[in-house]
Amino acid sequence: MRIQCPNCGERAIEEFTYRGAAAPERPALDAPLEAHFAYVYIRDNPAGRHLEHWHHAGGCRAWLVVERSTTSHEICSVRLAEDQEAQGAGAGQ
Amino acid sequence: MKYSLFTLAAQALKGHRGWPRAWRRPEPKPAYDVVIVGGGGHGLATAYYLAKRHGLAGGRGGRGPSIAVLEKSWLGSGNIGRNTTIVRSNYLLDGNERFYELSLRLWEGLSLELNYNVMFSPRGVLNLFHTDAQRDAAIRRGNAMLLNGADAVLLDREGVRRYAPMVDLDNGRFPVLGGLFQPRAGTARHDAVAWGYARAADRLGVDIIENCEVTGFDIRAGRIHGLETTRGAIRAEKVGLAVAGHTSALARLAGLELPIESHILQAFVTEGLKPFIDTVVTYGAGHFYISQSDKGGLVFGGDLDGYNSYARRGNLPMVEHVMEIGATMIPRLKRLRVLRSWGGIMDMTMDGSPIIDKTPITGLYLNGGWCYGGFKATPASGLSFAHLIAEDEPHEAARAFTLSRFASGHLLDEAGTGAQPNLH
Ligand SMILES: Cc1cc2nc3c(=O)[nH]c(=O)nc-3n(C[C@H](O)[C@H](O)[C@H](O)COP(=O)(O)OP(=O)(O)OC[C@H]3O[C@@H](n4cnc5c(N)ncnc54)[C@H](O)[C@@H]3O)c2cc1C
Ligand SMILES: [Zn+2]
Repeated sequence: MRIQCPNCGERAIEEFTYRGAAAPERPALDAPLEAHFAYVYIRDNPAGRHLEHWHHAGGCRAWLVVERSTTSHEICSVRLAEDQEAQGAGAGQ
Repeated sequence: MKYSLFTLAAQALKGHRGWPRAWRRPEPKPAYDVVIVGGGGHGLATAYYLAKRHGLAGGRGGRGPSIAVLEKSWLGSGNIGRNTTIVRSNYLLDGNERFYELSLRLWEGLSLELNYNVMFSPRGVLNLFHTDAQRDAAIRRGNAMLLNGADAVLLDREGVRRYAPMVDLDNGRFPVLGGLFQPRAGTARHDAVAWGYARAADRLGVDIIENCEVTGFDIRAGRIHGLETTRGAIRAEKVGLAVAGHTSALARLAGLELPIESHILQAFVTEGLKPFIDTVVTYGAGHFYISQSDKGGLVFGGDLDGYNSYARRGNLPMVEHVMEIGATMIPRLKRLRVLRSWGGIMDMTMDGSPIIDKTPITGLYLNGGWCYGGFKATPASGLSFAHLIAEDEPHEAARAFTLSRFASGHLLDEAGTGAQPNLH
């Protein structure tokens, strides 16, 4: 697996740190407890395309949103998390 | 056929050509009292204990077997046949330790119970430590084990040298200070565990149906009525899920959302050697565990690759990492050739501990979230899952493994790393 970092170009996977699924969104502070519970604990865990956060810790230190297949490990797309954020909530869904 | 010295001698005279199949190949029946989904260690063990301890096989007034195990592939094709076979009960938290200690006790009598040699070998498991803080943690863990009726011995450097002379005690960066040793822990033959439970369950009347994938559930008014499979619909009063790495996918078909991620774990085996390591040793300055199989190959592994995966194969960086750590702990490994490596899919929960519980759907029960440590759990998992399904009450030893603990905050987080499955 190699990730095409928008800032640094294609880099080996060892330079990146995996955080987890990018789809869950942090609920508003006053959202019901169930919404916070689901955000922290419940995961789609699909066999197939998966949106996830990777940190380019051994490079530019940017957070990335990577779309990757969990069955073939193919990387389909990479964006900066800040761009994803700018596109608004749920843009990646 | 009961295996014994007598049957062995009789078969030897016939050139070993007369051994019967270890289990039947039945066609699925239209209905069962209990269907277990997943013919791995846990599913087969559950079926066995349901039949043995709860008298459910041959139920319905003797009108045939009423328990089935449905396996989508061949029996033992999942993690039960892919793991590094370490069996231990060296957990820190009470909710875990009492369960794994029950499991270890069941391992001790398993070959006799099943009339099948599962090659359980209590050769001891030695966890090395390298700092004062790690030693304190090891002492605390050892005490927790003793309080739960398990065994634990604290070893100093000389003790480590005696049990594991191949370990480099003085490596420049992480000199070994000592180790926590569990003498009753060890290894077992993984395939034999699946085959032994399958054969024993079959002899009690359980139908084991291979190449039968569950593709849907018949759920009406909040109650399970049956399953759809690639070999037709099957009605069932109760259904137990035990599909390890595929728990999320299967549970989703029943409308359940779970606190689970699927991750890949790799394992490795070297060319065969003369006896070299007669215990199980784990490194404390990196994640690495190693033992020697009875055929002579060194069996070892390390961390998860660390990202969600259903691919059953990992990437090279983790291979390199595991080799590096292994060579730091035992420099002599550098001269060996690795023959095979493979991967299995782990159902990692958000706190690193398993789930054995009812679900919101009446008659549907869940066994999963075994992470990378479910082989040792096989006997106790089967026993307590069978208890839950038969009695509708959790088994005493598995009370902590609830599905609701994530919402209520009663987590069982051994590593203390929080809701980050790749760190457990
Ligand atoms: C590399 C590796 C090393 C490990 N090392 C250790 C170790 O040293 N010690 C330890 O204690 N544990 C270890 N484990 C963990 C242990 O192997 C697992 O936790 C345990 O085997 C899981 O339970 P199981 O045996 O029931 O799973 P499996 O054998 O995976 O059984 C699940 C079965 O369900 C079937 N299935 C899935 N979906 C369906 C469906 N829809 N319909 C029908 N059937 C289905 C699958 O085909 C599979 O056969 C390791 C795992 C791996 C991969
Ligand atoms: Zn970068």
